[in-house]
Amino acid sequence: MDLNYTAEETAFRQEVRDFLAEHLPERLSEKVRLGKRLSKADHEEWHAVLNARGWLAGNWPAEFGGTGWNAVQRHIFEEETTLANAPRIVPFGLTMLGPVLQKFGSKEQQDRFLPKILNGEHWWCQGYSEPGAGSDLASLKTHAVRDGDDYIVNGQKTWTTLGQHANWIFCLVRTDAEAKPQEGISFLLIDMNSPGVEVRPIVLLEGTPEVNEVFFDDVRVPAANLVGTENEGWTYAKYLLTHERTNIAGVGFSNAGLANLKRIARQEQSGGRPLIDNPHFAARMAQIEIDLMAMATTNLRVIAKAAAGQAPGAESSMLKIKGTAIRQEINDLTRRAVGPYAMPFVSEALDEGYNEEPVGPDYATPAAPQYFNNRKLSIFGGSNEVQRTIISKAILEL
Amino acid sequence: MVDFALTEERQMLQDTLRRYLADRYSTETLHGILQEDEGYCRTVWSELAELGVIGALFGEAEGGFGGAGFDLAVVFEEFGRAGVVEPFLDTAVLAGGLIADLGSDGQKAIVDDVIAGSVQLAFAHGEPDSRYELSRVSAKAEMRGDAFVLNGRKAVVGNGGNAQTLVVSARSGGDVADEAGISLFLVPADAPGLSRRAYPVMGGGTAAEIVLRDVEVPSNAALGAIGEAFPAIERRAAYAIAALCAEALGAMESAKDLTVDYLRTRKQFGRPLGKFQALQHRMADMLVEIEQARSAVINAAGHLDRDRATRERQVSAAKNLIGRVGRLVAEETIQMHGGIGMTQEYGLAHLAKRMVMVDHRFGDTDHHLERFIALARV
Ligand SMILES: Cc1cc2nc3c(=O)[nH]c(=O)nc-3n(C[C@H](O)[C@H](O)[C@H](O)COP(=O)(O)OP(=O)(O)OC[C@H]3O[C@@H](n4cnc5c(N)ncnc54)[C@H](O)[C@@H]3O)c2cc1C
Ligand SMILES: Cc1cc2nc3c(=O)[nH]c(=O)nc-3n(C[C@H](O)[C@H](O)[C@H](O)COP(=O)(O)OP(=O)(O)OC[C@H]3O[C@@H](n4cnc5c(N)ncnc54)[C@H](O)[C@@H]3O)c2cc1C
Repeated sequence: MDLNYTAEETAFRQEVRDFLAEHLPERLSEKVRLGKRLSKADHEEWHAVLNARGWLAGNWPAEFGGTGWNAVQRHIFEEETTLANAPRIVPFGLTMLGPVLQKFGSKEQQDRFLPKILNGEHWWCQGYSEPGAGSDLASLKTHAVRDGDDYIVNGQKTWTTLGQHANWIFCLVRTDAEAKPQEGISFLLIDMNSPGVEVRPIVLLEGTPEVNEVFFDDVRVPAANLVGTENEGWTYAKYLLTHERTNIAGVGFSNAGLANLKRIARQEQSGGRPLIDNPHFAARMAQIEIDLMAMATTNLRVIAKAAAGQAPGAESSMLKIKGTAIRQEINDLTRRAVGPYAMPFVSEALDEGYNEEPVGPDYATPAAPQYFNNRKLSIFGGSNEVQRTIISKAILEL
Repeated sequence: MVDFALTEERQMLQDTLRRYLADRYSTETLHGILQEDEGYCRTVWSELAELGVIGALFGEAEGGFGGAGFDLAVVFEEFGRAGVVEPFLDTAVLAGGLIADLGSDGQKAIVDDVIAGSVQLAFAHGEPDSRYELSRVSAKAEMRGDAFVLNGRKAVVGNGGNAQTLVVSARSGGDVADEAGISLFLVPADAPGLSRRAYPVMGGGTAAEIVLRDVEVPSNAALGAIGEAFPAIERRAAYAIAALCAEALGAMESAKDLTVDYLRTRKQFGRPLGKFQALQHRMADMLVEIEQARSAVINAAGHLDRDRATRERQVSAAKNLIGRVGRLVAEETIQMHGGIGMTQEYGLAHLAKRMVMVDHRFGDTDHHLERFIALARV
């Protein structure tokens, strides 16, 4: 048992810090700190900065243009970038699709798609969920029928995050209607500029158009865009989910959120003194911090196991449940911390180009919207109920 | 024997209001209203006034036919159920209520207009640093000749942008957080030196930041005795809290109903979601908590006319409990809906926002927990 980072790991942390100090544009970190909505161009700018340094693909092997980092390095990178208020890396191409193509894609697919994920030419989105297939993903109905060298795709995906920015979508589609649900699914890469693809925005409860419906009407997709073998898509989909769930604990986000909360509590006045000196509020913050300290170690335990070559299985379900609960708790406390100034809601104030003074203190503007928006954390990526079922089946064997 | 049944009059009021809102306040109507700059619908306002809903918020002496805690509770629970965003709390319960409580005969003429639905008011009390402390007032009122001159800033004033007349609190004596020394004034919104910035608030409706720079009002603009307004402010805040709690309760009931319907119809894994015991138990827990919330509303509404200590203890207890249960119900109903619960379009979002944002008016859960403790000590 050794709770210290090695000298190399500490040096790496410093290297990341120095890099962020020099290369993270302040315009972007200010936007993140103030909870503003990031534009497509903002994300692209940050990706380009990281790519120039060779640090965009933290979980890709070096042979594909990735960093080749181990789990601990990835963890350090995540911690430092979130604490510095860097934009998050858009995960769909980098964290999700990349590893699938590297493991199951053909050489042609790897050569064709991976470099474009890195250079930003392709913006991917995730076409898993459908109106009728959420938690029960295997019941999906969007289908692809072989026609010569093409598939013809019909159906609908939904909740597609940032699909409005994407030019490519990876989809789970049904290719065998007769087989058992999990056995008739294929993994298909679809150019969103193909005729018959239509994207319609869905506005989330706090006003952000963050997800979309994607419709497919007789969309022709070259059979060359099938990943791996037909009807084996479920295997790849599950492999992707294990990658989707890396960093699922969101410890970095929670650290940054807690730091922000403390900053707010020092500035807010309650009964003529700073809120941070209110024993009741201080107790609430301490409670979260205590949970977060343990979570950081739970997370590291899973990471250490992964670094030792053992794939995290159901442990990531624990990280998801507790990690998202902590993040949501911090959001809740932040909303409370700002008091009556949680109420003003000028949606445009979260967008670029809004130049008016904020109504209350600047940190108050995103407090309530973020609280509501982050209710998603316990719903997506496998809801926390689904994670509990995984724990009780896989670990407790109930 | 205790009797929890509504009186015949209140039952009629509830039925009428529920029917009207079911007919006229659909989710589509609401979404239209949320787009309006004023943040409310004038037609709905005057129709509800005609139905006597505003009159139900005032006592007979003021020209109404209600005004008791249970009248407020009935009306606001229905508002909550339907997600009504119209500023009845600000115009009628707060500003209108203060004028009814403290006004001279001349000033009380405004109450007739309130009941008739022809005026909008606001209670400009909170300040940028006052948070939820009712006695923290730093705006100043100075006597100059025959007039009062007001200076200060008022923060997150509900309906402040729409109001034609504002009830403004300002200090004419005492220290910044003293209960003594606070006065109230009736100030026309277009008074020279008064500027306001109106904006939408989370969950619907609007508020405003108000700056008073040498705003001069005649001495007969004072509402009640100079320097002695605090007890009336606290009492009106208690009425407002009871109304807010009832509103949150109504929203919880609607959110629960929507969720039960959804769990019955939405199928995953070949079964309605409602067949999964993990969700059944959470719904059952939520139901228990909502019944607690209803009892808390009854406690608050039923003690508004009692002595200060009793009233305030009940009111703080209710606001604390409602804050907790409101958060629980908002979060659980969204969660059990999955993705659809996260969308602006679906009716649940609005209800969830309103029940959570109630926590930010007149004191959140923590504030009222501390207050409850402090009240027990005096
Ligand atoms: C903001 C956001 C972004 C998203 N982004 C994407 C994306 O980019 N790509 C994509 O493919 N999908 C995305 N999703 C979809 C997400 O993965 C689904 O919402 C999620 O899988 C839940 O499915 P559902 O919404 O259909 O809810 P349902 O599956 O209908 O579930 C409703 C509720 O019932 C619970 N439940 C379901 N089954 C059981 C059971 N057996 N036992 C107990 N409880 C159960 C669920 O946990 C949930 O609380 C996103 C969702 C959101 C909210
Ligand atoms: C202090 C005490 C006093 C009692 N007094 C009386 C009494 O006066 N009269 C009397 O008749 N009995 C009494 N009981 C017995 C009590 O009713 C039983 O313990 C109870 O019915 C549970 O049954 P069990 O102990 O066989 O546990 P089980 O039924 O085996 O249950 C074990 C656990 O599983 C849970 N569980 C069971 N079924 C389900 C399900 N379908 N879904 C989810 N969870 C489930 C239970 O809640 C429990 O946590 C008493 C028990 C205790 C501990």
